[in-house]
Amino acid sequence: MNLYKYASPVTFYPLAGKMWPWFATLAGLLAVAGLYLGLFVAPVDFQQGEVYRILYIHVPASVVGMFVYLVMAFYGVLALTLNTRLSAMMMEALAPTGALLTALALWTGSLWGRPTWGTYWVWDARITSTLLLLFLYVGYLALVHAIEDKRRADKAGALLVIVSSINVPIIYFSVKWWNTLHQGSSVSLAGNAIASPAMRWGLLLMTLACWMYAIAMTLVRVRAIIREREGDAAWMADAAGSKA
Amino acid sequence: MNWAEFFSMGGRGFYVWGSYGAFALVITLEIVLLRLRAKRAAALLNGVKS
Repeated sequence: MNLYKYASPVTFYPLAGKMWPWFATLAGLLAVAGLYLGLFVAPVDFQQGEVYRILYIHVPASVVGMFVYLVMAFYGVLALTLNTRLSAMMMEALAPTGALLTALALWTGSLWGRPTWGTYWVWDARITSTLLLLFLYVGYLALVHAIEDKRRADKAGALLVIVSSINVPIIYFSVKWWNTLHQGSSVSLAGNAIASPAMRWGLLLMTLACWMYAIAMTLVRVRAIIREREGDAAWMADAAGSKA
Repeated sequence: MNWAEFFSMGGRGFYVWGSYGAFALVITLEIVLLRLRAKRAAALLNGVKS
């Protein structure tokens, strides 16, 4: 199999069109199962009470929000080294979903912080570095849309994301490196912070659902971007003719 | 379990449903906006074809 083939928008456009409904369906099914476990089956937390159930959306949004930035950095490296057009388009397709999930991580964290810590906001290392991640997403999008010349915009965006992706491990390890109010990792292999299997499975399914959602959104968005950028190419007419 | 009890979330309903509600609202908004963008992009293409 020639992987380079899929680096071309020509071949990726119809492929993405075939794939996204599967990811969207999976996201829906996983979310239904995950919400059922998280909201109805999982027992109440013995310390926090019912409010801990924010966990089932807070952790998935945070994890996927962070990881999407790393995926963007990966595509950024491809865009700069192999000069593939699709890589830059994938970055642009990933960014809005990553930004929204990061914003939701902050919002849900804030609403969780108030009843458990007594404050909506605190400038601790994890929360501050997550806010920085949101600004980086917005900054990337602003940069890419501000530069007229698309090739230059792609290069500048890729460079920004690669360099600033150092922030992601900083967020991840912040709870170990600094004394934060934010608790440590809820799902560590060694620890048993989440004791009940229904809690663990609920969280796992919701995280997977969030992943599948992000992939589906990215695939739909990259198709729109391909059309916007290369709509005048002759091959697009063929792709549209076979499947809109 | 009764539903009133479920929605009250032990008196923390505001925080729990404020989180879940915002989540649902944001992803619904993203889906709607993305559909609009995809439609606009498709129209762009049809304009080229005709």
